[in-house]
Amino acid sequence: MTLVKEAPARPAGKRSDAPAAGRRGRRRENLAGYLFMSPWIAGFLLLTAGPMIASLYYAFTSYNLFTPPQWVGLDNFTTMFQDPRWQKSVEVTLKYVVVATPLKLLLALGVALLLAQKRRGQGLYRAAFYLPSLIGASVSVGFVWRALFSDDAIVDRTQKIFGLDVGGWIGNPDYVIYALVALSIWQFGAPMVIFLAGLKQVPQELYEAAEVDGAGPLRRFWNITLPMISPVLFFNVLLESIHAFQVFGSAYVVSDTRCGPADATLVYTCYLYQKGFKEAQMGFASAMAWTLVIAVALVTAVLFWSQKKWVHYEEAAK
Amino acid sequence: MTSATSPALHTANERRRTGSIAWHVGALALLAVVLYPVIWVVGASFKPSKDIIASLDLLPTKPVWANFSGLADGISGISISSFFWNSLMYAVLAVVGVVLSSSLTAYAFAKIRFAGRNLLFTLMIGTLLLPYHVLLIPQYVLFRNLELTDTLVPLVAGKFLATEAFFVFLMVQFMRGLPRELDEAAKLDGCGHLRTYWSIALPLSRPALITSAIFTFINAWNDFMGPLIYLNTPDKYTVSLGLMMFRDQEGISNYGSMIAMSLVALVPVIAFFMAFQRYLIDGMATSGLKG
Repeated sequence: MTLVKEAPARPAGKRSDAPAAGRRGRRRENLAGYLFMSPWIAGFLLLTAGPMIASLYYAFTSYNLFTPPQWVGLDNFTTMFQDPRWQKSVEVTLKYVVVATPLKLLLALGVALLLAQKRRGQGLYRAAFYLPSLIGASVSVGFVWRALFSDDAIVDRTQKIFGLDVGGWIGNPDYVIYALVALSIWQFGAPMVIFLAGLKQVPQELYEAAEVDGAGPLRRFWNITLPMISPVLFFNVLLESIHAFQVFGSAYVVSDTRCGPADATLVYTCYLYQKGFKEAQMGFASAMAWTLVIAVALVTAVLFWSQKKWVHYEEAAK
Repeated sequence: MTSATSPALHTANERRRTGSIAWHVGALALLAVVLYPVIWVVGASFKPSKDIIASLDLLPTKPVWANFSGLADGISGISISSFFWNSLMYAVLAVVGVVLSSSLTAYAFAKIRFAGRNLLFTLMIGTLLLPYHVLLIPQYVLFRNLELTDTLVPLVAGKFLATEAFFVFLMVQFMRGLPRELDEAAKLDGCGHLRTYWSIALPLSRPALITSAIFTFINAWNDFMGPLIYLNTPDKYTVSLGLMMFRDQEGISNYGSMIAMSLVALVPVIAFFMAFQRYLIDGMATSGLKG
């Protein structure tokens, strides 16, 4: 998981080049640096940091867009925690994250192991498995999903062969969330590509040595492959679970636009959207957003803390 | 030929061949399942509306064009091409914005030593993990106060201000890998940073720029939440919203055309993918690996 681990830029070594340029040169470098960075700095202040502070403020106000925000203290939070629909949205989201993420990663790893073998047409397979990750978020695919999982369509008919008639997953509150889970799993190509790249970096000698020692394929996977790709696994777990917490479009499009039936696909973002943009309760929606940020931060922190126990970083790297 | 000399090698070869066949059978079976929805939508667009859900045949028995010709009527007085034009404008502006602003920022991070660089880089990476929800409402309030809703500005402003941290990161990684001798040579030749950026860093970073450009195009093309929040008159709608409007207004009476339009909406993404899949996949793969 080099993305975060190596986040700080190169260790700031001494400027070996042109020490004579001295302070004036350094000042010029600073100026150039900030000039090049100016779009990012403007974006960070205007579209990230500023809005974050504003939404933290809104979270403690009652704000409907038309009258100025009014301070209400913790009211939004207390109402939120007691709101049955909010509780429902937490439940739906957790179910989605906990079911979809492991299954998606398992499939991604399985297919990556399959594709890691050197075979003809490997690149083509890799590309084809990746395609769903590019189109999965589109409204078009949402419609396709709705069609495939509706009453009397292919999934329903296949299920009926096994004597289970649920009238299509889309209309059934107990099943519709699994149509969304299926849509998430279908997009396993993105983590698969990252797994594949990780698998390519495992030194071949390790396998050869293990084979000489008589380790079977399962032992080799467990004792070599898994520890060696654990940083990549960590990266995928982190990214995919954070993404899963934020799902919106598929819930909105695959189910009816109210994230139903019976709030069965009322994922967190969907409820936030309804509160903020349908009911103009900007204060409540901001409180929801900050609660999500804290939840995601906690999950991230737990994952980072846990990585000491299971993520293996090459000592020799660099 | 080895089989004649060594029977042991012969069986080993044979085992390898069966292994290879089993591998391809397995991979193809999986591929059929994974690509089923894509093939289904192609077949469905050529079926009469009433058959689309009910018929289990993947391909129509007698292909019809009615679904596509039905698109010519538009939806509630808006022509279909208007949605595509709006999406194209959005995507092109997003690409221009991301490529320009992210590459400038990335150049600063990778090639200029300025005070506070490490701190800013950490902040930038931090924004990668920030859920966008927390920005949704205050940004909406901001653009509403500026009277810029119902335009493309709120959707692309961030792209021009390098808020797409993932692409900045991708370009930083790439530019750090460029040989330092080139910058030093440029410096000796009296090139300032602007020249070095424009005539050395930018052309040499082409793979990272292409990856970012195509991902940006596809993300903008697929974007649903942004247009849903900001665009509210139908003639400004992008394809995503056009499809939703289609479903709400004619989804039952004109189901076939809705599916046909879904297919047409996928075509640019799939075309880009086929043309540039190597850039896309390698770009994705790098994100998890290179330090």
